[in-house]
Amino acid sequence: MMLSRMFSGDFPRSRFLALMLLVAFAGLTLAPFLFPGARALNVAATICVFIVLVASYDLLLGYTGIVSFAHTMFYGIGAYGVGLSLYSVGPTWGAVFMGLTIALILSLVLALVIGLFSLRVKAIFYAMITLAVASAFAVLASQLSDFTGGEDGRTFGVPEVLRPGFRLIDAEVFGTAINGKLITYYLVFFSALALFLLLLRVVNSPFGRVLQAIRENDFRAEALGYRTVVYRTLANCLSAVTATLAGALMALWLRYTGPQTTLSLTIMMDILLIVVIGGMGTLYGAAIGSALFILAQNYLQALMRQASEGLAAVPVLANLFHPDRWLLWLGVLFVLSVYYFPSGIVGKLRGRK
Amino acid sequence: MTTTATSALADSELPRLRLDVAPLLLLPILALLALPLVGSFPTWVTLTIAGLAMGMMIFIMASGLTLVFGLMDVLNFGHGAFVSVGAFTATLVLLPMQGWMQADSVLLNLSALGLAIALAVLVTGALGWAFERVIIIPVYGQHLKQILITMGGMIVAEQMIHVIWGPDQIPLPLPASFRGVLLFGDVAVEKYRLLAVAVGLIVFAAMFLVLNRTKVGLLIRAGVENSEMVEALGYRIRRLFVGVFVAGSALAGLGGVLWGLYREMLTAAMGSDLMVPVFIVIIIGGLGSVGGCFIGAMLVALVANYAGFLAPKIALVSNILLMVSILLWRPQGLFPVAKR
Repeated sequence: MMLSRMFSGDFPRSRFLALMLLVAFAGLTLAPFLFPGARALNVAATICVFIVLVASYDLLLGYTGIVSFAHTMFYGIGAYGVGLSLYSVGPTWGAVFMGLTIALILSLVLALVIGLFSLRVKAIFYAMITLAVASAFAVLASQLSDFTGGEDGRTFGVPEVLRPGFRLIDAEVFGTAINGKLITYYLVFFSALALFLLLLRVVNSPFGRVLQAIRENDFRAEALGYRTVVYRTLANCLSAVTATLAGALMALWLRYTGPQTTLSLTIMMDILLIVVIGGMGTLYGAAIGSALFILAQNYLQALMRQASEGLAAVPVLANLFHPDRWLLWLGVLFVLSVYYFPSGIVGKLRGRK
Repeated sequence: MTTTATSALADSELPRLRLDVAPLLLLPILALLALPLVGSFPTWVTLTIAGLAMGMMIFIMASGLTLVFGLMDVLNFGHGAFVSVGAFTATLVLLPMQGWMQADSVLLNLSALGLAIALAVLVTGALGWAFERVIIIPVYGQHLKQILITMGGMIVAEQMIHVIWGPDQIPLPLPASFRGVLLFGDVAVEKYRLLAVAVGLIVFAAMFLVLNRTKVGLLIRAGVENSEMVEALGYRIRRLFVGVFVAGSALAGLGGVLWGLYREMLTAAMGSDLMVPVFIVIIIGGLGSVGGCFIGAMLVALVANYAGFLAPKIALVSNILLMVSILLWRPQGLFPVAKR
């Protein structure tokens, strides 16, 4: 009963999927103790942030059927909001909340304006307009270098409690120091968990059902008396706000904000790949997809490097397996998954039973 | 009574299509408005020609995309891949033929360039055909999947360029006789930009003639208006569409060669970087309209050049502002296509 409320009645519905989710959840919860080392913890935190980011994108793409390329813009607004505020005001909690508030308002207004302006028309129109706006925003962020730090971005201090030097208790627990880095990780982790469960609540509410109806047949949804423009715009705003929060978490974790980590089109592509490969129209797809993708990004490339070195004698093949070419294989996987299993990993697992 | 009267009138004489001049006037108005702001006449001429050259190249790349969309309701987000592939294919000819390229003879330069363009157009045309067969056929009528699948196609194509040509940027020097500037009094004009304008005008004229004076063009225009009716009259719209798709891809390849020489540096992402102005252009022009696409390309490029000179900070946002103001004036674009 309790569990049902937490998951909003939307269970994984596949034993293997539930197992995978459980492993991911346990791994992320205990990450600082299970996998010591800065790199592993960084991977875990990135997975947490990406789960939220991708889940919020899935709300648009998978549940409402809107293709947006401006998701990284909102992510970037969150990161820059917190980052620049901490940079200019100084490392206090006040600055964090001030930056976050400004970022949320900005995201909300932008999402509302873009939505009202272009969601009335076709999906394709919206995709093009968001692509244009997002790229203009990225350019703006790197051009206004006095304010944003340009291409180099900004490094900033975080509040005392979150700094690596801070110790909550002096003793070590299971060989891990309880320092500010750990506290930041758990801040990121629990915020991400809360946001994920919140999104799960949203998509399983009557509101979420209307969004799915719009995805399946917007004409019929309109005929049933739902104002599709209003619902689409609301979904857009909700998704933008969640992405902004994810960006703020990422900024707090990295203590750095720059165009490459938040605004670039590469990240947008990553989000798109994760949603489709993980499974559109189910938030668990976002969770599984993000975990697998980030792990692959960090560890699979090492494997590819070995393959490439092993094939060094064959010129073209060596290039094909070069670690920088891993996007090629992801792209192929992406195209195949759109054709052959549009519901992604999660859909495949659920279908098997 | 009145109905019979009007139908009698319609029988005797078809009312002529009203020519929509307001969008056509935008270009000269914009250019004239910019003159006092820029201040000096020679600078203005240089900027205007630079804008026109850039606009021609964008038009060449965007025209195929807008026609494909108009005809078959397919928007190819991977169009940029053809631009990159075109440019990289051209290096296969241009780099080994440096002798002809650097020779001090316009004829040799042009023939090297012509060979490169011919190869690029052939390769991108063939690639377009394959792309249509493999990638697009299964997703007709499903916009969401089209966007995703063509985006995926672009990622794969870009990565394949890396695999074949290596991960580094490739410098592509201009032919000897198109380097440098021509001076008309105080006015300096880069030679290559004149060449780009000339090529662009030729392409536009050819397209205009094909679309308005040939049977294929008539069918294409009719298909854009109402494809079901064309099919009902016994024409194979599928075949027409494949043809347009191949031609559009080939044009993107041509645009890629021109753009690559203009920048004198090739990167695999050059095509996808261009997609933003290209999309803005076809939105401004009205999805499916070639004339609108031409005007839109010129507007975008001129505004970008003037803004780049007057206020560099807002230059890159200027396109968005232009798009917003045009859409506020005409929400469907400059020349709305009847059906959509």
